Amino acid sequence: MQKKNLSKKLDNNQIFRGSSALLLKRTDLRRRIIPLLVFLFWFNPLKIFAQENSDCFGCHDDKSLTGLKNGKTISVYISEKKFTRFVHGSVPCVGCHVDLKDAEFPHEDDLKPAKCGGCHQTEQEQHTKSLHGKAIARGDNLAPTCKTCHGSHEILPVKDPKSSVYPMKIPFLCARCHQEGTKVQTQRTIHQDHILENFSESIHGEGLLKKGLVVAPNCASCHTSHSILPHTDPASSIARKNIAATCTKCHVMIEEVHRKIIKGELWEKKSHNLPACIDCHQPHKIRKVFYDLGMANQDCMRCHQVESLKSSKDGRSLYVDLKQHELSIHNKIACSQCHSEVNASHIRPCETITNKVDCTSCHANVGDEYKQSTHGMLAAKKDPNAPVCSECHGTHEILGKKNPKSRTFPTNVPALCATCHREGEQAAVRYKGKEHSIIESYTESIHGKGLMKSGLTVTATCTGCHTAHRELPHANEKSSINPKNVAATCGTCHHGIQEQFEKSIHSSTISNSKNLPSCNDCHSAHKIKRADSEGFKLHIMDQCGRCHVDIAKTYFDTYHGKVSQLGYTKTAKCYDCHGAHDILAISNPESHLSRKNVLKTCQKCHEGATRKFAGYFTHATHHDPQKYPILFWTFWGMTGLLIGTFVLAGIHTLLWLPRSLQWKRELAKRLKNKEKLIDETEEPENKEEDGQNT
Amino acid sequence: MDRIHKEEQILRFSRLNRGLHIVMIISFISLSLTGMSLKFSYTSWAVALSHFFGGYEATGSIHRFAASVMVLVFITHIIDITRIKRKEVGSWKTMIFGKDSMLFNKKDLEDFIGSLKWFLGKGERPEYGRWTYWEKFDYFAVFWGVFVIGSTGFMLWFPEFFTRFLPGWFINVATIIHSDEALLATGFIFTVHFFNTHLRPEKFPMDIVIFTGRMPLEEFKIDRPQEYRELLEKGELENYLVEDYPPIVIRTIKIFGWTALSLGFFIVIWIIYAMIFAYR
Repeated sequence: MQKKNLSKKLDNNQIFRGSSALLLKRTDLRRRIIPLLVFLFWFNPLKIFAQENSDCFGCHDDKSLTGLKNGKTISVYISEKKFTRFVHGSVPCVGCHVDLKDAEFPHEDDLKPAKCGGCHQTEQEQHTKSLHGKAIARGDNLAPTCKTCHGSHEILPVKDPKSSVYPMKIPFLCARCHQEGTKVQTQRTIHQDHILENFSESIHGEGLLKKGLVVAPNCASCHTSHSILPHTDPASSIARKNIAATCTKCHVMIEEVHRKIIKGELWEKKSHNLPACIDCHQPHKIRKVFYDLGMANQDCMRCHQVESLKSSKDGRSLYVDLKQHELSIHNKIACSQCHSEVNASHIRPCETITNKVDCTSCHANVGDEYKQSTHGMLAAKKDPNAPVCSECHGTHEILGKKNPKSRTFPTNVPALCATCHREGEQAAVRYKGKEHSIIESYTESIHGKGLMKSGLTVTATCTGCHTAHRELPHANEKSSINPKNVAATCGTCHHGIQEQFEKSIHSSTISNSKNLPSCNDCHSAHKIKRADSEGFKLHIMDQCGRCHVDIAKTYFDTYHGKVSQLGYTKTAKCYDCHGAHDILAISNPESHLSRKNVLKTCQKCHEGATRKFAGYFTHATHHDPQKYPILFWTFWGMTGLLIGTFVLAGIHTLLWLPRSLQWKRELAKRLKNKEKLIDETEEPENKEEDGQNT
Repeated sequence: MDRIHKEEQILRFSRLNRGLHIVMIISFISLSLTGMSLKFSYTSWAVALSHFFGGYEATGSIHRFAASVMVLVFITHIIDITRIKRKEVGSWKTMIFGKDSMLFNKKDLEDFIGSLKWFLGKGERPEYGRWTYWEKFDYFAVFWGVFVIGSTGFMLWFPEFFTRFLPGWFINVATIIHSDEALLATGFIFTVHFFNTHLRPEKFPMDIVIFTGRMPLEEFKIDRPQEYRELLEKGELENYLVEDYPPIVIRTIKIFGWTALSLGFFIVIWIIYAMIFAYR
């Protein structure tokens, strides 16, 4: 405090007002006593005078007054005029600033926190025991003191709408610390998130903040103002044991409407296992969607257990087999939780239903995915072919995907998708792409066999690649089967291969080409075969040849290519030399065909191969005089020899043919003449011989 | 006249030569079929054949075995030649420049010109001798073929060995030479040689002299007048007169001949099909 200012104030001689009862009925006395009192004030060893507020404001009413706190200069100005208007206007300063009681003025810097507990003893005790109080005791600098919520000198009554603890302001007051991004939320363990958002969207928040109902609960209504404790503390207002009491502070008549719990079977049979309010009405998210009014399943079943029950609109059966529902994964979910538009105040509670069941009220994330998918987009367009949740998952009988009887259990997924995607069914009819006989192909594929024959539920099913709820056509960039994403999709199982592939020349991370293959370009989408099957080994070369047209053609001109063309795989195929998923440019030293590695690659089959051996042209063609002049000229030399020989020999033969025919007749004639001659001279002997021969 | 009529067959080929020719036929057709199945691997015929032989490895083994047989036939023949030289001819000079030499000589040139004249109707049929010029051509075609196809074949058989001292592209060159020379050989044998010896009208459908080694003397007189005359002049004719084989032998030989001919035709048709209709 600045002494100069203080001495000026003292000169004004206004400081003895509060303790003047004894004093001065006579001016003479006054004349004698005043100096004494001044003396006593300044040199008062007994501290007999209590300070009055005016003593404090003597200094603190000055706007320019500053002080030090924790080494920082702060304003210590307090308007006397204002202070007196606030709720503590008549309370002496030292009543709160107890450490200043009997202190010398001007007092030292760095006061202790004001003591509220002197008057507010109960609140102080509650706060000390509370979560916040314990945090203060631990020395947590984020822990709130009285001042944090209530303010210091300018405290207003709770009922004053300007008060920081006015009911409508409490959510924002608490949110100063309990909000996303605050130090408390990020540095301390808080089990709830988006508290303010959730609260303001909840029915309570709506009542309080939108409809201005000050009676609607705010944070303090449930958590209490000062006894804030974690729900794990049995003394907490939000402990499981106490929550009902907390809620029924307002919801006094809740028993009348919560009949399933209070009057239903559960009450009688499972009284030890009663759900707490928050089991259904999540903290901070208390919404209207569940239990607009209490509805027990048996209320619904009164009508829906009748097997002949039919819709008056379209005649479909409205019979519900409750036993199926009890076996389903939703067996703990009541009818009205899904059929949320029911109104228990109606004789037929369901007559208020206008929309179909919205699964996304619980399965929100799945719903968001579904809306982005082709299925969801078609459904949004009200396309009759679009599958909705129930078409795949069923309705009342829904089982979890881990249940082998479930329609969505891996082994059942292909059949489920096939109901629409089999050739001739609605989805297959709409489809204009290249993939056909999808189901049949899949069944014969390695994945299909793995699933159906080997019973491997970890194998890729339809949903494994297409996702369960976010399926999109491959052209869509967000699709799991978009060329950009295929490697990652396959990589969810074939991770090692994905790693190799992403380093290869076929990966977009390495190569700039637009026409890069993804897994399915070589392996196909639905016909995927074992990579070690003969058929695949031969087929894969055609796949390489689809892009590498010329180089594949020249390969088939070599011994390797010819043998594979005959249908045998025990010869060098594309991937034997180039690698499969780890193909690199030949210029890359790590390539299987780099100068460093090529010999080793040849030696995989040709053990005795030498460096010269590797000079063999594996993609030789004799049709390219620029690239392979030796082969070109050898071929044409040999072909020239061949054509020359055949032309000459052919002419010789053709010329010979007519002469030869002529000669044949000549020969026959001559032989006949000779025979005649012989016959005439040696007839008897000849006849004898003939006889012997026959 | 009596004896002539009785033993009207004249022996033209030694038992060894006939045997060698049979072995060579088997070897050659085997080589053709197995080799073509690789050369024309893009045809369905090739695939079927390759499977018939028991896969490309078995096909390759048959090819190499048949090639070895061919080389053995060749070596046997060379040894036989030296034996003939030592026992019957005396010196290489007479062997090479003598009347019955397999080498081309002045008479072959005269016969060739005479033949062309005859073909064009400008002269009589030449009086062919012991070996005609086309027979000699076929004979040396085998020498050439065995040398060219054989040497490149060995390179392809043992590429690791040959590339110890030859550059790798030699194997590519060897492949082209081996393959095209083989095409020439098979094409020539199964068309030109077949016509010259079997299919020309006076011999049609086949001349089995190479299997029996003998032909009717009367036919011989007309077909090879010069040789007949010489044999008569030398008085050696009777040394070569033999009896014909019994019909069962003839029939067996004919079955073999037909088989070889048919296979040859099949290969020719296949080659033409592969080269014209399926070439890629």
